[in-house]
Amino acid sequence: MSTDVKVPQQLPATHHAAPQGVKLPIYMDNHATTPMDPRVLEEMLPYFMEKFGNAASRNHSFGWAGEEGVETARERIAKLIGATTKEIIFTSGATESDNLAIKGVAEMYREKGNHIITAVTEHKAVLDTCKRLEKYGYRVTYMPVQKDGLVDLEDLKRAMDDKTILVTIMAANNEIGVVQPFAEIGKLCRERGIIFHTDATQAVGKIPIDVNKQNIDLMSISGHKMYGPKGVGALYVRRKNPRVQISAIIDGGGHERGMRSGTLNVPGIVGLGKACAIASEEMSREAVQLAGLRDRLRDRIMSRLDETYINGSMEHRLPGNLNISFAYVEGESLLMGINDIAVSSGSACTSATLEPSYVLKALGTGDDLAHSSIRFGIGRFNTAAEVDYVADRVIETVERLRELSPLYEMAKEGINLKDVKWAGEAH
Amino acid sequence: MSYSDKVIDHYNNPRNVGSMDKSSADVGTGLVGAPECGDVMKLQIKVNRETNVIEEAKFKTFGCGSAIASSSLATEWVKGKTVDEALAIKNMDIVKELSLPPVKIHCSVLAEDAIRAAIGDWKKKQASAQPVGAAVMQ
Repeated sequence: MSTDVKVPQQLPATHHAAPQGVKLPIYMDNHATTPMDPRVLEEMLPYFMEKFGNAASRNHSFGWAGEEGVETARERIAKLIGATTKEIIFTSGATESDNLAIKGVAEMYREKGNHIITAVTEHKAVLDTCKRLEKYGYRVTYMPVQKDGLVDLEDLKRAMDDKTILVTIMAANNEIGVVQPFAEIGKLCRERGIIFHTDATQAVGKIPIDVNKQNIDLMSISGHKMYGPKGVGALYVRRKNPRVQISAIIDGGGHERGMRSGTLNVPGIVGLGKACAIASEEMSREAVQLAGLRDRLRDRIMSRLDETYINGSMEHRLPGNLNISFAYVEGESLLMGINDIAVSSGSACTSATLEPSYVLKALGTGDDLAHSSIRFGIGRFNTAAEVDYVADRVIETVERLRELSPLYEMAKEGINLKDVKWAGEAH
Repeated sequence: MSYSDKVIDHYNNPRNVGSMDKSSADVGTGLVGAPECGDVMKLQIKVNRETNVIEEAKFKTFGCGSAIASSSLATEWVKGKTVDEALAIKNMDIVKELSLPPVKIHCSVLAEDAIRAAIGDWKKKQASAQPVGAAVMQ
């Protein structure tokens, strides 16, 4: 799904009775965004009306209070990822962090080279930034991925040349949850003196990250994907072994060591910090819990429905992600049938641009199965009762829609749909 | 995008879902769209060969809620009409009836195509079917 420009799903009152312990509507779209953890909100509140000072006001206690909140957050983020506080820059979110990392390196290292390597499954914040750089004369290689969604390290090696200044490959994919071998990618880059940036929006707080062990030079972090606030994020910028420098893309006062000007969003930053602190404590336990719920959802659905296909590697995957295609049923019509549940789809019909998911396309999934895909994002606040309810509603809706489907009918008659000459094919 | 009540109604209570015997001389079958586009509609009509009135219509659709509603509505509308009257149905009539937003207009176009395809198929069958006795005369 061209994920972030989504046509919102309508969630009217439902005629389905909710079972015990299940409150409707259910939110299971945690890759799109997450509800704020109450502990995060609590941590943020004092910074709106009491400790409201500008963190850059060095001369009075209001400013110092703001600064203290910011520095505590910086420590918490650094701790989660194995970095030092001087290496954390605050931004308005991962999109800005991606822009800053990629454009910042491109400009700073222009003399050294003009070649950037990325992958076709990246988020638009990376892809569109690369496209813009191509207009400015940079050369970008968009690497394909294998059927399981993973980048091939040999392909990556071959793509690198003496003008390559940056490799940017996401740690975990927002649509299919696939986790790239980013430690190995980082190692390859380090050996060749190429800067490695990873968009870790979906990974931070969900899987262990250590910027040193994993050879990461730059990393984008997002607040609202980890039960923190929207409108705030961070960029990790390596200071040692090697020192990485980036040009700022926003000018005006030189905040954040000259890398990102602008008054800091103190409450947001405090929230991001708290979200990271919670993740530091709870991540291992939570990963096990989420994987359990996700597997429960998968098994319940797949044991009752045939012709369902998981998109992307199950082995290298975020614990809460499930992306399944239901053959012969179109995704938006499926979402309509489970209108008391919030999930998303790779179908063209759910995208504002009417394009099917480019991520699923990159896996080699046929367009028909891309149109039939649903992404489930299980999160901290989902329960087993919710998972069972969601599975049952999906099953009943798929069964109903298959009865309505001419493709299901033809398949049952033994017709191979790939052999059919479709009237609408010429396009 | 909010769905209109009519689209929701057709989605929850689709009219005339099913299949007819493709090989029957009185049945016209239209199959339009393509799985890669995310839209396939099969619309079938059963026509009274004396009166040219569409007595029965059935549909099956692979597609979004608006596509399902458009084809469901199409079967409702063609029933009771003559073949020529059915050919006069325009996609914008469907758009108006279901309050389809601009991004979903193509669903109504496909439904109109499905009606035409079904009628076209039926007409082809009538043309190739000889009047009784004609095939025997040399």
